[in-house]
Amino acid sequence: MIPVAFTYVRARDVADAVRLLGEHDDAKLLAGGHSLIPMMKLRLAAPATIVDIGSVPGLTGISHDGKRIALGALTTHANLAASRELAIYAPVLAQAANVLGDPQVRNRGTVGGACAHGDPSADYPAVMLALDAAFTLTGDGGTRDVGADEFFTGMFETALGPCEVLTEIAFATAPHSAYAKFPHPASGYAVVGAAVNLKLNGDRIASARVAFTGVGDAAFRAQGVEAALAGIARGDTAALDAACRNAAAPSTLLRAGSIEARGDTFASAEYRAAMADVFLRRAVASALQPA
Amino acid sequence: MNVTLRVNGVDHALDVEPRLLLVQALREQLDLTGTHVGCDTSSCGACTVLLDGVSVKSCTMFAVQAEGRSVTTIEGIGSREDLHPMQEAFWTQHGLQCGFCTPGMIMSAIDLIARHPDPSEEEIRYGIEGNICRCTGYENIVKAVTVAAAAVRRA
Repeated sequence: MIPVAFTYVRARDVADAVRLLGEHDDAKLLAGGHSLIPMMKLRLAAPATIVDIGSVPGLTGISHDGKRIALGALTTHANLAASRELAIYAPVLAQAANVLGDPQVRNRGTVGGACAHGDPSADYPAVMLALDAAFTLTGDGGTRDVGADEFFTGMFETALGPCEVLTEIAFATAPHSAYAKFPHPASGYAVVGAAVNLKLNGDRIASARVAFTGVGDAAFRAQGVEAALAGIARGDTAALDAACRNAAAPSTLLRAGSIEARGDTFASAEYRAAMADVFLRRAVASALQPA
Repeated sequence: MNVTLRVNGVDHALDVEPRLLLVQALREQLDLTGTHVGCDTSSCGACTVLLDGVSVKSCTMFAVQAEGRSVTTIEGIGSREDLHPMQEAFWTQHGLQCGFCTPGMIMSAIDLIARHPDPSEEEIRYGIEGNICRCTGYENIVKAVTVAAAAVRRA
């Protein structure tokens, strides 16, 4: 499969990438290429210009100051998956990175590229929503931070502007967090992915963030479940069960017509929503396990 | 446009269209046809090569992205007279039948044992998840990687 011909330019730094995006019509950023290149080979995408930021310095790495963790946008999935710090301080992200794609995909694909792609079945959007991550976007007007709640706007759509570069993703440490995924057996994408981030006060859940991917046109939070989880004691499995199956759980929301779920030959909308409830419960159990 | 890259220790300067995939550059411009194209959709891993020592799918990378980088293909790891321990183990353990997936499988397995010198069966199966074999059922591939890892540790 051969992509449509394009002009290729290499950015030296972020400012150069922003300038090149502005100078070329119909330009796309290329990072690791593991979302964009397959789409170009299928001719689902045919950008006139590719601006390669793959060798821009300073955009890789995981930094941690004890309270917040910041990821350079070009950090690979493999680096996230292998990080001992993330395994302790943001297990939801480490777990997602470990079940994303396969080893070769993880070696090339980047966290920023995957988020900017906005695939409705990708793992990170739910994880970033659960982490309440901030996305740092640099454009010709300067730099702005966009929260995950505003970043993922629809199917393959994000708040990233046409001449902006995603440079960093940052979030508060989340030691009681987990990701539970039902992978499609052929593609490995999430049929359903549930991301949970709990704040504990002693043995009780003080607050929760819960998000799903794979279910609808974009990842979404289940705020009714988040509210129901707050206050439950760690060992109260009956209450945890009830919270994960309450009126705000995906299967109930689908039956009530409050959310839309995608259906395909592998998983109907109803099955997807039912599995979302199941994987939510698993993620909650995993997040509550002692580290 | 021009791209300079090192393939199996030899520097090359190629004139390529930006849309040329790395696997096409290797096979069609450098005649290194040991790297196979299987699915062409980033799934099967037959096209796996090492980029600066790390396994990548060469069908999911433009040759221009390899500018200044070092690529190792199946042709670069051993010779007919002096097989790489991973090649030797795939032979002695019958880790292949038709052989189509084998070059990619071997390149992935070399990256795998570099990260896990003494891999468990679970680590091996996880490490070759990006490579599909339609013949063997993977049993003898797992055996081959185990045997090769032991041979490399002894060497």
